[in-house]
Amino acid sequence: MEVDDIAKQYVYSDTELDSAEGEAIESLKAQSQQPIPDSDKWLSEELRKNILVTSVDVVVNWARRSSLWPVNFGLACCAFEMIATAASRFDIARFGMEIFRASPRQADLMIVAGTVTWKMAPQLKRIYDQMPEPKWVLAMGACAISGGIFTGSYSVVPGVSCIVPVDVYVPGCPPRPEALLYGIRMLHNKIAKNSFITEST
Amino acid sequence: MTVALSGDEIGGRLEEQFPGSVVETGLNSVLVRSESLVKIATFLKTASGLEFDYLSAITSVDYNDYFEVLYQLTSIKHNHSLVVKTRCHGRENPTLPSVVSLWRGADFQEREIYDLMGIRFDGHPNLKHIFLWEGFPGHPLRKDYE
Repeated sequence: MEVDDIAKQYVYSDTELDSAEGEAIESLKAQSQQPIPDSDKWLSEELRKNILVTSVDVVVNWARRSSLWPVNFGLACCAFEMIATAASRFDIARFGMEIFRASPRQADLMIVAGTVTWKMAPQLKRIYDQMPEPKWVLAMGACAISGGIFTGSYSVVPGVSCIVPVDVYVPGCPPRPEALLYGIRMLHNKIAKNSFITEST
Repeated sequence: MTVALSGDEIGGRLEEQFPGSVVETGLNSVLVRSESLVKIATFLKTASGLEFDYLSAITSVDYNDYFEVLYQLTSIKHNHSLVVKTRCHGRENPTLPSVVSLWRGADFQEREIYDLMGIRFDGHPNLKHIFLWEGFPGHPLRKDYE
């Protein structure tokens, strides 16, 4: 009897879990109808950075971009191109990224590789929220950029930028590993322009 | 290779066994009345020489006037196959009997059809959403969705 009471307190029935999931998805969907505008802060920082340029910036940015660890997050067919990028032929390790972290707590970059459905969206947001600052997001492939061929579908998010801010978009269906590597190089350039001092203010 | 059994032949046998249950027979399919679906399925599963012990797939089609549900049956023992079709009418609450008690593989397939096409399966042990989330409005694979 006592065990039953405790179980009722902490163990949720399928119905409760299902309706909680449904509510979470519906509320996230209601909040994320509009894409988050892409930040252009890093572009206008150029001038201020010239004034405030410090060797600390250079060192910190070099360290950040030289060991950019991606979180292990593949959603659809793009994930295979991401795996190919990580494997020996294209070898992402050349850029200090060989460790795909299975925990978001140890990752700096989220490569959204594939179609994001509304059912997956809360999990994507949670993984993003769990990543420590500074963090970057790379939208890989047509589906992650805009929903791709599934735009307007009942189940697919029209672009991952509706849910999390995106730093680099890599188009393609799916993008070749070279394209992903190019996108990552572009992200390195972007990180190099970061100002450590203005960022914290 | 798996032999597709003649629908006309099996249909004749079924009509003999259960008069009035077969509506139409085809090259390798039998269209049956939904009321007699379970007893026909039981017969197809247990009758010697047929023994359809494996349900490969359930397909549902929206023909606007009615929904047609196809059961793709295979016998691993005899290496032959047959398609059993049935229809249900009405767009508000179309209902068919469940075959989960015969083939466990029907469980997720019937839930999927319930989720996307909105056909209810009487006697299903756990008929709820499988792909879509709780509270999703409508049935997306219907012809008149949105």
